Amino acid sequence: MEVFIQQLINGLSVGSIYALIALGYTMVYGIIRLINFAHGDVFMVGAYIGFYATTSLGLGFIPALLLAMVLSAVLGVTIERIAYKPLRNHPRIAALITAIGVSLFLEYGGMLIVSPKVRTFPAVFSDTKYHIGGIVFKFGDVAMIITAVVLMVVLQFIVHYTKTGKAMRAVSFDYQAAMLMGINVNNTISATFAIGSALAGAAGILIGVYYNSIDPLMGIIPGMKAFVAAVLGGIGIIPGAMVGGLFLGLVEAFVSWAGYSTWRDAVTFAILIIVLIVKPSGLFGKNIREKV
Amino acid sequence: MRNILTSKNILITAILLAFFAATQFAISQAILPPFFTLNLMLICIYIILSVSLNLINGFTGQFSIGHAGFMSVGAYFSAIITVKLAPKIAPLIPLADPKPVLLLIGLILGAIIAGLTGFLIGLPTLRLKGDYLAIATLGFGEIVRIVFLNSDYLGRASGLIVPKSASWPWFFFIMVISVIIIKNFVTSTHGRACISIRENEIAAEAMGINTTRYKVMAFSIGALFAGLAGGLYANYMFIIQPMTFGFLKSFDILVMVVLGGMGSITGSIVGAIMMTFISAALADYPQWRLVITAVLLVVMMLFRPQGLLGNKELSLNFLGKKGGRNGAA
Repeated sequence: MEVFIQQLINGLSVGSIYALIALGYTMVYGIIRLINFAHGDVFMVGAYIGFYATTSLGLGFIPALLLAMVLSAVLGVTIERIAYKPLRNHPRIAALITAIGVSLFLEYGGMLIVSPKVRTFPAVFSDTKYHIGGIVFKFGDVAMIITAVVLMVVLQFIVHYTKTGKAMRAVSFDYQAAMLMGINVNNTISATFAIGSALAGAAGILIGVYYNSIDPLMGIIPGMKAFVAAVLGGIGIIPGAMVGGLFLGLVEAFVSWAGYSTWRDAVTFAILIIVLIVKPSGLFGKNIREKV
Repeated sequence: MRNILTSKNILITAILLAFFAATQFAISQAILPPFFTLNLMLICIYIILSVSLNLINGFTGQFSIGHAGFMSVGAYFSAIITVKLAPKIAPLIPLADPKPVLLLIGLILGAIIAGLTGFLIGLPTLRLKGDYLAIATLGFGEIVRIVFLNSDYLGRASGLIVPKSASWPWFFFIMVISVIIIKNFVTSTHGRACISIRENEIAAEAMGINTTRYKVMAFSIGALFAGLAGGLYANYMFIIQPMTFGFLKSFDILVMVVLGGMGSITGSIVGAIMMTFISAALADYPQWRLVITAVLLVVMMLFRPQGLLGNKELSLNFLGKKGGRNGAA
């Protein structure tokens, strides 16, 4: 039982990170119908910014987190303006291929700049452990889940109670109509990228803290898993991404617990394929009739 | 029956044979440096891979990014024949040197199993469209890799050691045959059905085309040739590891197809040759190779999204000969 709860906590910690990354995927997909393959690499960049902020600049966790979020947002908007905006009226496949290109560029460009070696992320949290009835809560785990929850609450607030959020919802509902209503669609899309990338940057720092190590290719697998989480919850639906992320984190924790940790990634992708086949609109999605 | 003995076809055959004779002579006399020979072989493998991916992505308008998965299926199953089962099969072959027969069996088996895998994967996933299909194929490629990674029989992460038995004639002729088969498929009734799916799936369905059938057909044929290329790769490269067939390999193939032009067979050939040359030229700076590939991909998409050749074919018609009706080289 104790092991069970322990795995539950592990699953929730990792799951909350997947959820943070998945939010970026789902928001971008909701607004311009693009799978932003580079999103996982923005997450990697966030982790590196966090690394340099805590080591070279000697910042604490919160300032480093904010710095990483701001710089990741800038990166996200830059990518959108340079690589995706010119292709908005092209077939969607063109933008998808560009996204793959941007992703490769960040991974291997990053390798040139920061060198491919794995770095140890400094311990920014204290080692305090809380023992409650045989279950060990690490301060880091708790801080991570709290950070993720706070960010998600802030996101919900932005999306539902601010003008930008309203514009985002309008654009994702109907691009053309939003434009006719005088919404600045370009700025709204950039804002979406900024928010999504900021969340990815935050997730980058959190995972750096959690696993203690970062490398330029670290974004690939979490990026893909976060995408699976987004699809699982119903792509384009914000609460779906949160639930999907947490679910995936839990599944992984329990697959590892059952002794199949080498099969963990395969299970994730199998879930993806099953979801796509059985209910492509995801857990929270509505079926949309195809129009000619 | 169309007359296949047109002057154009004869000319192409003559050029190919002359090229083969020259390269074969150079390789057998060890005039070519080994690095150059290796890249010639790689070009053949990548031509098969990119042309077969083009059948799926360019002609049928689907979007697969798991091609390396099929390649690995072909590679591993051909290696099972030429390495694991060789002691059992070899005595049954009444030849002094059973290796070529083993290789042939391995290549065919690998290709067929890859094709079957393509069929099994394609049947459910091809109901998906665009980006969903892309992700599903990517996921499939990863699953295949993880399965090989966890297989004790196939050597887990350290992979299998495969003796080098494929030589230049194998590469060259298999490549030529594959391209001819795919080209003929594309210009056949089935191929036209595939192209109509690319142009407008709903309209194609309304015209009575069984879209699922043709999508799965194109996907399986593409997978079959990817498996064939994988088999060739396995029997030349000395070692195969699950790592080799990750999604980077799939992206490499995708870049070739996109660069050459989706929907152009000669485009894919040009793309495969160009990318192999670029990789070879940057062999001393491996860290730059992928950065340059990535920039190339993005710039290409921004300024010429249809690829170098678009969906046109390079042909010899400009020579003023009585070219074939289809104008494809």
